[in-house]
Amino acid sequence: MSRTLTIKDIPREERFAPGHRMCQGCGAAILMRHITKAMPKDAIIVQATGCVEVTTTLYPETSWMHPWLHIAFENAAAGASGVEAALKVLKRKGVLPPEKDVRVVAIGGDGGTFDIGIQALSGLLERGHDVLYIVYDNEAYMNTGIQRSGATPFGAWTTTTPVGRVWHGEWRNKKDIIGIALAHRVPYVATINPAYIPDLYMKINKAMEIKGPKLIHAYSPCVPGWRYEPALTVTVARMAVQTGIWINYEVENNTLNVTTPVPKRKPVREYLRLHGRFRHLTDEEIEKIQEFVDKQVAYVNKLAGKEVIGPVEK
Amino acid sequence: MGKVVPLSGNTAVAYAVKSADVDVISAYPITPQTTIVEKLAEFIANGELDAEMIHVESEHSALSAAVGASAAGARVYTASSSQGIALMYEIMFISSSLRLPIVMTIAARALSAPINIWNDHSDFMAVSDTGWVMMMAENNQEAHDDVIIAYRIAEDPEVLLPVVTALDGYFMTHTIEPITVVEREEALDYIPKKRTWYSLDPARPITMGALGDPQWYFEFKRQQYEAMKKSREAFNTSVEEFSRRFGRRYDAVELYGDDNPDILIVAMGHVVGNLRAYLDRVRGRGVKAGVLKVKLYRPFPEDLILKHLQGVEMIGVIDRALVPGSTSAGPLYGDIVTTLAKHGFEARAVSFITGLGGRPVTHSHIETVLSKLVDLKGKPVRELPKEPLFIGVRE
Ligand SMILES: Cc1ncc(C[n+]2csc(CCOP(=O)(O)OP(=O)(O)O)c2C)c(N)n1
Ligand code: SF4
Ligand SMILES: [Mg+2]
Repeated sequence: MSRTLTIKDIPREERFAPGHRMCQGCGAAILMRHITKAMPKDAIIVQATGCVEVTTTLYPETSWMHPWLHIAFENAAAGASGVEAALKVLKRKGVLPPEKDVRVVAIGGDGGTFDIGIQALSGLLERGHDVLYIVYDNEAYMNTGIQRSGATPFGAWTTTTPVGRVWHGEWRNKKDIIGIALAHRVPYVATINPAYIPDLYMKINKAMEIKGPKLIHAYSPCVPGWRYEPALTVTVARMAVQTGIWINYEVENNTLNVTTPVPKRKPVREYLRLHGRFRHLTDEEIEKIQEFVDKQVAYVNKLAGKEVIGPVEK
Repeated sequence: MGKVVPLSGNTAVAYAVKSADVDVISAYPITPQTTIVEKLAEFIANGELDAEMIHVESEHSALSAAVGASAAGARVYTASSSQGIALMYEIMFISSSLRLPIVMTIAARALSAPINIWNDHSDFMAVSDTGWVMMMAENNQEAHDDVIIAYRIAEDPEVLLPVVTALDGYFMTHTIEPITVVEREEALDYIPKKRTWYSLDPARPITMGALGDPQWYFEFKRQQYEAMKKSREAFNTSVEEFSRRFGRRYDAVELYGDDNPDILIVAMGHVVGNLRAYLDRVRGRGVKAGVLKVKLYRPFPEDLILKHLQGVEMIGVIDRALVPGSTSAGPLYGDIVTTLAKHGFEARAVSFITGLGGRPVTHSHIETVLSKLVDLKGKPVRELPKEPLFIGVRE
């Protein structure tokens, strides 16, 4: 992809049917709508149990226009491995036309990927299946009612890290899923965000062209889980990038490229302020999160070889 | 017709899988199943079988990948034992509910704890409520043939259910017997690759594994029940056709010994062979005894069980698995009693638990079982033991 895409390049044809039961303002709904537009029409999707699966396939209706398979919660990566292996051998044996390259995409939530599905994901990445795995990360087990996961960030209220006299929300940092994927030496990993749709397109398109296992980590705002007004989804998602708590980048051939540079960052407080799940945080805790973001930004800048994400503007 | 070769049970199974020309194999090592998959790897490595082998990182993923591959239209195979089967449990329900014709071999082994790699039927019995068609072989030839027969039942458009073919760990998996191998051409003539099930076809995209709410879930289950019922007929026609082509006859249950026995011992797996040998030894000593081998366990062949058991004076049921706390601590015993009772017959049956964790079932154990049954012969049902009798254990 040589030219930068704009919103005008996005196909008009919808590949993710409306009428699903996702919440108003669901970030994952925006993601699915655009991911399915960016994918080839004949790609096969394997989906883990979770919000997206449950809200889009209430029999006899479905939002999916692609061939789509759901097996269970922790095994989207294993199921996708099976689909990919089947396509390969059926082509070789002449059952499927050899010239047709049907792509395979696995989709799971953060719980289904970072936690219960990490073993199957590792297997998929390590064995080198030609599969794109997309994790939509709403930073908790939303489908079962906002329980913390390994992707829940420091400080966040969830129903299993409540705010009380002793506890003050989640006390551990988010797991580094990109680092885990990179440790498998995969050819492509990237992050996407529903406030940056052309960037999302560029990355899905690119991932579809690359052979082998790929992981895309998608930022996925959740209205009831994060406790913000439904109209603010894109605002929240954009603020995540503007404060540097979320960075849009890709790693290809060991080279990190920040795709949404942020010359001047906003203080992370402005991001946290938008979420009810962070309402209880003390100045001290917010300072701790700011330090964490500063460290993450410095690390990414170092890998990028230049200061792509600038300092916090005063 | 194939040639006769000496093969271990596991190798015999692997030859059948090769002859079925499976497309995808996904499996994870566990004793005593492992050598099936090793042999299959060798076949692929040598170019004797064109299949994808997915070296999954667990049995949970082994069956999940098998589901994915089957959903994509491939003929798939997997195998496991014991802890591996327990780890697959969740996906076993899903495979049968998605109506995918996966074939899996269980090299039967005890379940932990204590950890024990030897044979009994704990793993097999633990998954008997997962909606799979289930068969168990008595000898290696049968274990070989069962794999071929299994694909015929599984892929029958009236059925479309996954099938377990089981053989006893070590006693069969690692024991060599002469085997007539069903060759690829004759196998594929018997089980042509027709792709009879719904799959993930980009030309006709479908959603598989949808959410079924109270409006629909029940109908899915009702249809699944019907499919299992139909598998009974599919089993009959499949073994019939198998015997016509290959000359080896199997049935859901098989009676051996006296044609009109007073005493009948019901059993499964290799132990049936021991029982046959024992009955041969004691024939003509005044006891009219027989052994009833149960080959097809799910769907449970009530028709034939009834046919052979009604009117029998004393029935002994040998279970090589134990469900503590159940009304039928021996699961096969439970099926027998239920079958008799629901058709209005007295359940003149006693439960024997024996051979757990690989302890061999010897002729002396069988003698104990038989003499117990002789003792109990005249007793009314209410006086028969209501607890299982444990044979060959230190009390
Ligand atoms: C083995 C198993 N354990 C637990 C569940 C219950 N469960 C279903 S969805 C879900 C949460 C999914 O969380 P995540 O993957 O983050 O997706 P989200 O719902 O947040 O989109 C859980 C815990 C399950 N379906 N299977
Ligand atoms: S709970 Fe969150 S992730 Fe789930 S549908 Fe609603 S907004 Fe989307
Ligand atoms: Mg989640």
